[in-house]
Formats: sequence, structure tokens, C-alpha cells
Amino acid sequence: MSDVRPNHLARLGIGISLVLALALGGCITVKAPDKPIVIELNVNIKQEVIYRLSGDAAQTIDKNAEIF
Amino acid sequence: MVMRKTLIRSAIISAMFGTLAALPAAAQVRDPVYAGARSAGQIGEQVNGYLGFVTPPGADVKKTVEDLNIRRRAVYADKAKATNATIEEYALTSGCLLIAHTAPGEKYQAPDGSWQTRTGAAPLRDPRCP
Repeated sequence: MSDVRPNHLARLGIGISLVLALALGGCITVKAPDKPIVIELNVNIKQEVIYRLSGDAAQTIDKNAEIF
Repeated sequence: MVMRKTLIRSAIISAMFGTLAALPAAAQVRDPVYAGARSAGQIGEQVNGYLGFVTPPGADVKKTVEDLNIRRRAVYADKAKATNATIEEYALTSGCLLIAHTAPGEKYQAPDGSWQTRTGAAPLRDPRCP
């Protein structure tokens, strides 16, 4: 009886790990995105508008340096 | 001899002006309270073209920054009208440029709204920025 016991334990161990492996394998893992979620401010403002204004805005910043 | 003295004097004067010109233009004209808070990282350039508080401001910094933002808005409004744009469009465009102009160590707002410290590398900006 005493020489059978370790064998039983070993089998039980294998059984548990098999069940665990199967259970874990069946899990759906949800990963957090690696990039931060970007909140677009003033989404309605188009890139063309920004490009059109950038030259004028650069001059305005230079001419009003005390407030920028 | 007189000629030589004049030459030396003009050389000294031009050297003095040369050093002044070497300083960034904005550093000479900024209010000391503003310049101090800016370099200490208490305030930073926001995406929207206005200054924002990174840390809760003292009374003098709060007043100075609020005043600067009112003056910025007045300039944006004036220029927006002249360029047939909205104040928000003109302000956002200026924000793009102002963030690009920040010096290393100064604070700026990233497109996700977080405060970032400017490094030697290009700042994180809205993809629409020129």
C-alpha cells in the first residue's frame, strides 16, 4: 500500500497540471494596447486649415513675443 | 590714432550688440514671473494655443498667466478675422508652433492631454501640426 501511494500522487499531479494547462489554454486573454489612447481635440479642424494659417501664426508669435 | 580709437569703440559696441542678439528674442521680453514659472515647469504650452498650469499656481503666477491668455486670445481673434479663420483654428495652429518652440526642460501638453517635459527630441504633437 505504502509503495503505491507515491505513484498515485504523481498521477494526480500530472492530472492536475493537464487540467490546468487545458483551462489556461482555453482562456481568452485581453491585452492592453501598447500605444496610448489618443483623444483628438478640435477634431473638426482640418489639417489644410492649420497649414494655411501656420505662416501667419509664426509671424504673429514673433511680433508678439512678450505674450508667447 | 583717433581713427583707431573710433574703430576699437565701434568694435566693442558691435560685440555688445552681438551678445544681445545671441539671446533668444523671447527671453528678453517675457515678464519675470512668467519666465520663472515657465522655466520651473509650473506652467506649460497647451495644445489649444494657451498656457496651462502643470502644478497648482500661486496667486501671482495665476494672475500673470490668466492675463497672458486673455492677451493671446485677443491676438488670435484679431488674426483669425484677418485670415478668415476661427479663433480656435488660429489658436490651435499657434499651439502647434508654440509647442515646437519650447526649450528643453519646459513643459508642453501632448495630444493625449498629458504634460510632457521637452527634451532635445521633437515634441509629441497632433498629427495635423505642420
